[in-house]
Amino acid sequence: MSREDLAVGHSCDVLVIGGGNAALCAAMTAREAGARVTLLESAPKAFRGGNSRHTRNLRFLHRKPTPYLQGSYLEEEFWDDLMLVTGGKTNEALARLVIRDSEDVGSWMEVHGAKFQPPLRGTLHLARTNAHFLGGGKALVNAYYATAERLGVEIRYGAEAVDLEIEDGRFRSALVREPEGERRIPAAACVCAAGGFQADLAWLKEIWGEAAERFVIRGSPYDTGRVLRSLLGRGAKAVGDPRQCHAVAVDGRAPRFDGGIVTRLDCIPFGIVVNREGKRFYDEGENFWPKRYAIWGRLVAGQPGQEAFCLIDAKALALFMPSVFPPLEGKTIGELAGRLGLPVRAVEETVEAYNRAVRPGTFDPASLDDCRTEGLAPPKSHWARPLDTPPFYGYPLRPGITFTYLGVAVDETARVLREDGGACENLFAAGEIMSGNILGQGYMAGFGMTIGTVFGRIAGREAARHARG
Amino acid sequence: MPAGDLLREADRVMTICNACRYCEGFCAVFPAMELRRTFAAEDLRYLANLCHNCRGCWYACQYAPPHEFAVNVPRALAELRRASWQEFARPKGFAGLLARNGRTVWAAGLIAAALFLFWAALSAAGGLSARQAGPGAFYRVIPYGGMVGAFSALALAALAALGAGLVSFLRATGTSPREFFALDNQRRGLRDVLRLTYLEGGGHGCNYPDERFRHGRRRLHHLVFYGFLAAFASTTVAAFYDHVLGVPAPYPWASLPVLLGLFGGLSMTAGLAGLLYLKARMDREPADEGGRGMELGFLWLLLAVNVTGLLLLFWRETAAMGTLLSLHLAAVAAFFALLPYSKFVHALYRWAALVKNAAEQRRAG
Repeated sequence: MSREDLAVGHSCDVLVIGGGNAALCAAMTAREAGARVTLLESAPKAFRGGNSRHTRNLRFLHRKPTPYLQGSYLEEEFWDDLMLVTGGKTNEALARLVIRDSEDVGSWMEVHGAKFQPPLRGTLHLARTNAHFLGGGKALVNAYYATAERLGVEIRYGAEAVDLEIEDGRFRSALVREPEGERRIPAAACVCAAGGFQADLAWLKEIWGEAAERFVIRGSPYDTGRVLRSLLGRGAKAVGDPRQCHAVAVDGRAPRFDGGIVTRLDCIPFGIVVNREGKRFYDEGENFWPKRYAIWGRLVAGQPGQEAFCLIDAKALALFMPSVFPPLEGKTIGELAGRLGLPVRAVEETVEAYNRAVRPGTFDPASLDDCRTEGLAPPKSHWARPLDTPPFYGYPLRPGITFTYLGVAVDETARVLREDGGACENLFAAGEIMSGNILGQGYMAGFGMTIGTVFGRIAGREAARHARG
Repeated sequence: MPAGDLLREADRVMTICNACRYCEGFCAVFPAMELRRTFAAEDLRYLANLCHNCRGCWYACQYAPPHEFAVNVPRALAELRRASWQEFARPKGFAGLLARNGRTVWAAGLIAAALFLFWAALSAAGGLSARQAGPGAFYRVIPYGGMVGAFSALALAALAALGAGLVSFLRATGTSPREFFALDNQRRGLRDVLRLTYLEGGGHGCNYPDERFRHGRRRLHHLVFYGFLAAFASTTVAAFYDHVLGVPAPYPWASLPVLLGLFGGLSMTAGLAGLLYLKARMDREPADEGGRGMELGFLWLLLAVNVTGLLLLFWRETAAMGTLLSLHLAAVAAFFALLPYSKFVHALYRWAALVKNAAEQRRAG
């Protein structure tokens, strides 16, 4: 069937492709500016919201405390934090735009239905910088959908944009696959907010080969990157390392997709990690866990079979967040190794060597303590205590992909930039699909949602302005 | 589902929740869960009775079905809660009354109505339809000794069964009498009862009857709760007038028992009608479907108590008084008899769970 034969759906002023935080912020903003807006969510209603449904908080600039944020968080500190995690791989103009435009974004969110909670026990380390959604990201997404519906945004679930028609840098229409069939939806302007490609296994394999077969995708299975691929194939300028992704070590028993927050394991600093040969391969106590958890996905991906095993003893069990799957257990290290399917003798030797290398110290999970190994390679620099108190516990680990870094380049009005120079005048991008402009590497808790909210609003405003003349 | 399966499902769900914790701002259940790493039967029974079924966590849950984890906290806890009430019920032989509770309530109401109408027909001076007026009019329908005797017996039996139920709750949830009776814990627990803190959903109300945050359910429950207290006060004052001051009912409109009773009756009737309306419209996914009979039975029985009471007040000087008094007393008798074997027990165990919650949160600091 040729493109011309396809049924043409009724047109709209602004077509928003995507159904997560950035898409919703764009749709609500464009609608409030008077545009007729259609939003395409490729997931069914029950799984709407992309990776936003797995988020929990958002970081924003504020000069005064609020009921749900302590103290103040100003531009220079925000910028310094960003420099620290990205190592300078950022577009300063866009990054500062996000930081400045995030000022008091909490109140805009509340007007649009968001609800926050005061910082509680588990979230105190973010109490000054990040506002936590009451009930988490799905509750936020629910509230935004309700608001968008009330405003009169047309929402289509199970509607996947499979290609974009772009002529001379102008968006014409989107080819959309819906349960009832395919059709073209023309629009005066389009906002692409359809996330990264981390759920497309074939694409992941193009980069990492067969190893990708054993990756766990932490988020939505609907983030397949079709829109990103279409944009790049039709002349949009790429940004971000196409080979990089944010990956953490998750429980090896996690579901293939959508396991979200619960599959993470925070036990690594309190134990040792061995590969399937029973050998250690990295310093488990290099730094505080929040500063190191994001390197462990890559580390595990580099091991044979893309798997590893964290071993702890009874002393450590209560030191980290409870796991969703119970640990495997053994009265001896050998028994535990057997349960984990590891070579028993090799694991025993690794543990013996580690135990011998541990120097006495004062254990303190809250500081970079002096419990470390001596003469061991690789070392364990902090929180090293002998594994000597049965029962022993083990968790299987796999790389868990959170998101990919590849995206499309945008300007300060969220217009998609072209490979051959210039910008697409009626094509905008927001959210994960363009966050590589600002997060060239690394990650900072709650900042993806900041980028999505700020750029979603910019894209919605600019798209509506363009569409309405 | 057998009780063992209900415990296993609640354990499975709480284990997932404890690794997530996104819902900790909604209510007391999640902060209480966070004090534990594993969930023994006594923890789960306690958490089940701490849950107010506000449903905030249901709509917010990223793991709700059709997700493969199929997490449904309100339903898992509601099913376990109802099963736990059968475990707590004393004497144990009466626990079966809670199993098919809708039927129990209707049967008790109908039997009581028949008994009281029969009793009144036999004993009413001049017959059931005779017009009675003046002091002691009610006792000319049902004799003083019989009325006082029957209701004293019912009330004492109910109190004894509820007390024994409380003891078994404390045992089955690992709560020491000392922490339960500590004044500070009672103070905070009672505050949470009187305010319905955990139907506030972190300040925005609960997701009832549907996804929107609303305060309606909490307010309607307040109408019923405080109406109940007013009616209870009315009965107590009337008993004082009657047995101590020697002034028997009926009392004039401008008297304390009538004013309290009128306020309580109207308040409860409005609240119950509202709760029934919301229940008919509520999202049934996060509900315990097997508990529907119990919930509706209790609401209708309490509504019957109030409507017959109000009608009796308005028509007490007409020929309908004998019939209305019989029906009112029948509804009240059924209500009293079923205090330990109906949805009423949620008040007892929720209070106990909130006191335990106050105790352990105080310890955790």
